Amino acid sequence: MKRFDRILLGHGAGGRLTQDLVRGLFLPTFDNPALHGLSDSALLDALPSGRPALTTDAFVVDPPVFPGGDLGYLSVCGTVNDLAVAGARPLWLTWALILEEGCEESLLRTIAEGAARAADEAGVKIVAGDTKVVPRGKGDRIYAVTTGLGVSPIERDMGDHRITPGDAVLVSGSLADHGATVMACRHGLEGRGLRSDCMPLASLADALLECGADVHSMHDPTRGGLGTLCAEVAGRAGLRITLQESSLPVRSEVKGACELLGLDPLHLASEGRLVAFVKDGDADKALACMRGHPGGREAERIGDVEERVAGRAPVALLTAIGGERPVDLLSGANLPRIC
Amino acid sequence: MSAREDAFRDPARVAALTARLREQAGRLEREIAIMEVCGTHTHAIAEAGIRRLLPTGIRLISGPGCPVCVTPVDYLDRAVALARLPDVIVCTFGDLIRVPASETSLEHERAVGCDVRDVYSARDALRVARDNPDRRVVFLGVGFETTLPTIAAALDEAEREGIGNFQVLAGGKLIEPPLRALLSDGEVEVDAFLLPGHVSVILGSDFYRFLADEYQVPAAIAGFAPVDVLAGISELVRQIASGRPRVANLYPRVVCAGGNRLAQELMERFFEPVDTRWRGLGEIPASGLGLRQSYAHRDAGHIEVDVVRSRESPGCRCGEVLKGVIEPPECPLYEKVCVPDDPRGACMVSSEGTCAAWYRHERYAAGARA
Amino acid sequence: MCLAVPMQVVERREFDGTAEVGGVRRQVSLMMCPEASLGDYVLVHAGYAITLIDEAEAQRTLELIEQVVGPIGGSLGESYAGDGVLQ
Repeated sequence: MKRFDRILLGHGAGGRLTQDLVRGLFLPTFDNPALHGLSDSALLDALPSGRPALTTDAFVVDPPVFPGGDLGYLSVCGTVNDLAVAGARPLWLTWALILEEGCEESLLRTIAEGAARAADEAGVKIVAGDTKVVPRGKGDRIYAVTTGLGVSPIERDMGDHRITPGDAVLVSGSLADHGATVMACRHGLEGRGLRSDCMPLASLADALLECGADVHSMHDPTRGGLGTLCAEVAGRAGLRITLQESSLPVRSEVKGACELLGLDPLHLASEGRLVAFVKDGDADKALACMRGHPGGREAERIGDVEERVAGRAPVALLTAIGGERPVDLLSGANLPRIC
Repeated sequence: MSAREDAFRDPARVAALTARLREQAGRLEREIAIMEVCGTHTHAIAEAGIRRLLPTGIRLISGPGCPVCVTPVDYLDRAVALARLPDVIVCTFGDLIRVPASETSLEHERAVGCDVRDVYSARDALRVARDNPDRRVVFLGVGFETTLPTIAAALDEAEREGIGNFQVLAGGKLIEPPLRALLSDGEVEVDAFLLPGHVSVILGSDFYRFLADEYQVPAAIAGFAPVDVLAGISELVRQIASGRPRVANLYPRVVCAGGNRLAQELMERFFEPVDTRWRGLGEIPASGLGLRQSYAHRDAGHIEVDVVRSRESPGCRCGEVLKGVIEPPECPLYEKVCVPDDPRGACMVSSEGTCAAWYRHERYAAGARA
Repeated sequence: MCLAVPMQVVERREFDGTAEVGGVRRQVSLMMCPEASLGDYVLVHAGYAITLIDEAEAQRTLELIEQVVGPIGGSLGESYAGDGVLQ
């Protein structure tokens, strides 16, 4: 196999260099029978019974390697998690890359290994892939695009339409770790405790859905953070969500990074956390279930769902000092401020 | 230390202060208006939901304390023109990136290929200059006396190390002239000032004596945590009731009488007062900071560039909002046309602008006063 | 335009140092605060320390507030010491 240390345009051309990349890197890394056929499409075993669930995602994180993960690991987790919070068991992923000419092979290897590791942890298979290369300057090293296919039990009825006043809002762990870590990297802050929370949620979601609690809806607070998630849910459900500031689990390092950069943890992403809207009476059972799972040890009840009130904000943060402030969608991009 | 700072967020202290304010308000003969003149106060008050905790009779007004908000449109138009020069890298605090200029914004210009970078510090901009010796770096020097010394410090470092490709587009503003202008303006009715805690770190508490001596206006320097703000308001109500105005320093853990002399000297070395326009307030003499003649080589204002004819959004009433004469809902553009995602004036685009703070936090507060 | 964060100095060099808040560290210039030593708390704005934070003054402020409002958390208004003077 030819040794190369930089990606060239030829790697995306479909010829020998592409073959080298597939056989030399991708096949050994994503070792599974569906890929070995190397045909144009993956022909899979029959889908287990249930409703098929399909999702797609694109990943453009800067920096591509960060404390707690990398673009590859993140791309698989993100896709798996979209299926998991919808109540589906993730099965198969596709993984396509757009590489920039000149991208280091070592970086590509790290990303591919990260993706393989996440797939392994999540119990999913990457069954199809593609690679294109764009000229230097036309891309930011690596972009990944995925699709995820899963299956959800026929009888499962979960979604924002089931959220009702009185529901408890639960989160599986600390907030904003991923977003704060990535912003800190970009702005030259170091913190030993700053680490992305990126992880697959399939097994935690499954445990939660099987524990007997009446889970009405689940989401993961990715880009835009918990604040955006709640604003969207409140909008769709036509209800009001109140969040208790003193209950929000935010690590001190995340608070520190946010203070320094003038950012709001409510608008920064988590990539390994789920937010569940659960029937009030089942909140304790749901929390106990999550806390018994390695991915949910720091689960907390963070808020409640109420009827929409005219003149009051659809989503409100009840501050520790007894005040109240509205929580909105993230507006524009997260820019550090000094004002 | 973090435990100590937490004490200034302690809910029990907040409750005690709000109870005290209710007692004080009960004894007032008329409604009083307290103006804060610091964007960070505007933001902190909104974040903590303080307006909801205040009893009726005490009204909080936001004044021209947000440097982004008061930066005139022509400054931004010039920044845009500089960004369009192929060898220029414009470095700016993130706060300015989305501010609308006459025809565009730095964010839009970056999207179409100009090199505009947001930085956290003037030092970061200096680093960009070091790393890019064949480009010209222009730093947008906007801010009040808290920030201007940091820009002067970066200029000082540039001078000492001979970094020739680092320049500043001077746009700094001074806090004293607008205070005087507001007090001389018949339209403005303010009973007391809540003074900016961090500008005061630089200037010192003695600086504000003129408020009591010349204008007999009560004043209190306060920090930004909820306890700090409420203690400041309580002190101002006390001064109003007693009829004995003074400048109270409620932030002595960082503000001393004389301020930070080193910072003051740095500012004076590089900058001098110039007449400048304030968005909404018009031209105020000697209210801005320009680079001294001896540092003309650091002045990006000397770069020859074509600047569009500047114009503000028609119907925008940022000026009156900044003077505290009207509240945001009285501006015809507010919420109907001008929203955080499509700001028409600076009061909305800056997260500290009165209109942005109002939109985000106050539009639901009306029905929910304590 | 006053976003400033209290941080602790954890490394000290000639004109600058490293300061920390909540476990997160950043390089900070000490040009305007040359008296800052290792372990001191400083107020940091836009990458520069602008002053030392005086713990004793912080404590005094809290005590003065308590004088004005009465014992915190206790029964309000009872031992309230009249028109307190905050400096």
